[in-house]
Amino acid sequence: MGLKEFVKKSFSKSPWVVHYDCGSCNGCDIEVLACMTPIYDMERFGMVNVGNPKHADILIVTGTVNEKNKDVLKNVYDMMPDPKVVVAAGICACSGGIFRDCYNVLGGIDKVIPVDVYVPGCPAKPEAMIDGLYKAAQILKEKYSRREVIVSAKSLG
Amino acid sequence: MTWADYLIFAAAVILTPLIGGLITGLDRKVTALIQGRYGPPVLQPFYDVVKLLSKEKMIVNDFQIFAAYIYLLSAILSVGFFAIKADLLMIIFIMSIGLVFYVIGALATRSPYSQVGAQRELMQMLAYEPLLIFVLIGMYYVAGSFNLHDIMSHGRLLLDLPLIFVVLSLVLDIKIKKSPFDFSTSEHAHQELVRGILTDYAGPYLALIEIADWYELVLLLAMLAIFWSQNLVIGALISLFVFFLDIIVDNISARMTLKWMLSFSWIVGISFTVLNIAYLYFSNVSR
Repeated sequence: MGLKEFVKKSFSKSPWVVHYDCGSCNGCDIEVLACMTPIYDMERFGMVNVGNPKHADILIVTGTVNEKNKDVLKNVYDMMPDPKVVVAAGICACSGGIFRDCYNVLGGIDKVIPVDVYVPGCPAKPEAMIDGLYKAAQILKEKYSRREVIVSAKSLG
Repeated sequence: MTWADYLIFAAAVILTPLIGGLITGLDRKVTALIQGRYGPPVLQPFYDVVKLLSKEKMIVNDFQIFAAYIYLLSAILSVGFFAIKADLLMIIFIMSIGLVFYVIGALATRSPYSQVGAQRELMQMLAYEPLLIFVLIGMYYVAGSFNLHDIMSHGRLLLDLPLIFVVLSLVLDIKIKKSPFDFSTSEHAHQELVRGILTDYAGPYLALIEIADWYELVLLLAMLAIFWSQNLVIGALISLFVFFLDIIVDNISARMTLKWMLSFSWIVGISFTVLNIAYLYFSNVSR
């Protein structure tokens, strides 16, 4: 295995996850945290829950996006260094769910930031979350190999 | 310095991060097993660092980057000088220069997490730097020199300085920031002050600091190993055993307060050093 292959592999083996609660009912949040418990143990894939978007590769968002927190979500996304992947966890983050017609709800988080993986469910099961995060890690590797890095950095200005 | 010295210096500088990364990987695996999890692969720290090195460069200001490089440089130099058996006092001072830059680099940014983390790192330095000097005083008392070559020719320091060995183990625990001493920043998934002193470092520069931490970890383990320099394999086993005890303490204890750390480390450090040297003094007189 050459050095370039090792670098690519390291992106799929070491995705650091930052979790942002975008106004969720706490159902999905608890399931995200359950992924770290001994039963599910997401660290066996190298996934670490970091609190700092500057260290993260994957942004996992739960809950609907509304007028109040859309700027915060955009901020968290912009603070992450490229390459980065976004996972929408739970039906609220995917499409707005049952709250999509509320007066202040914009809908799914894809109205604000580009989403790569959708994990449906109310709440999404930890198995489904880990599956989604694993897919996100593969997408992260692909993004690095395609060098999407420079393009997206420019588009953010 | 002869050509052999240059070669040993280069070999130590190249091999040390590999050893340090492996030890860190084993640490994460053992921690996971203690917590009843499966845990990441042993090569996980290498994946992390390689990934961080190839991520986008994101900086707050230039000085912070300069500080990260100086921290790495001083860690490399101190390990290199240790490998060619230079003066131990000088090695400790070189290490401290890097740590000062590590703190200043965090203070150079405006993030409050980073600021508080830097203040706490200063407190941690205040707790273990005097103890390191005490350890050196003990070694000087036995070997009559700060030169590593003379200290190592003594053979089995552990039999003469058992309490000072305990003090150095305490220094190791404070230095690698395991619970109950993880104030300025903490291991993965613990999240003290977001990431404390490392909050404003991202991408490749975080990787530099990670590599420098590996160097310092190996340096401290090597300092523990020279307490049995007659046979360095046994010395290495002793130091790895101390590291294993640190992992267990990390998993069974909670984070304490800074005040407790200061009083605990100074009381243990000063009393153990005085007891050990007094014992040596009186046993020499009676002989």
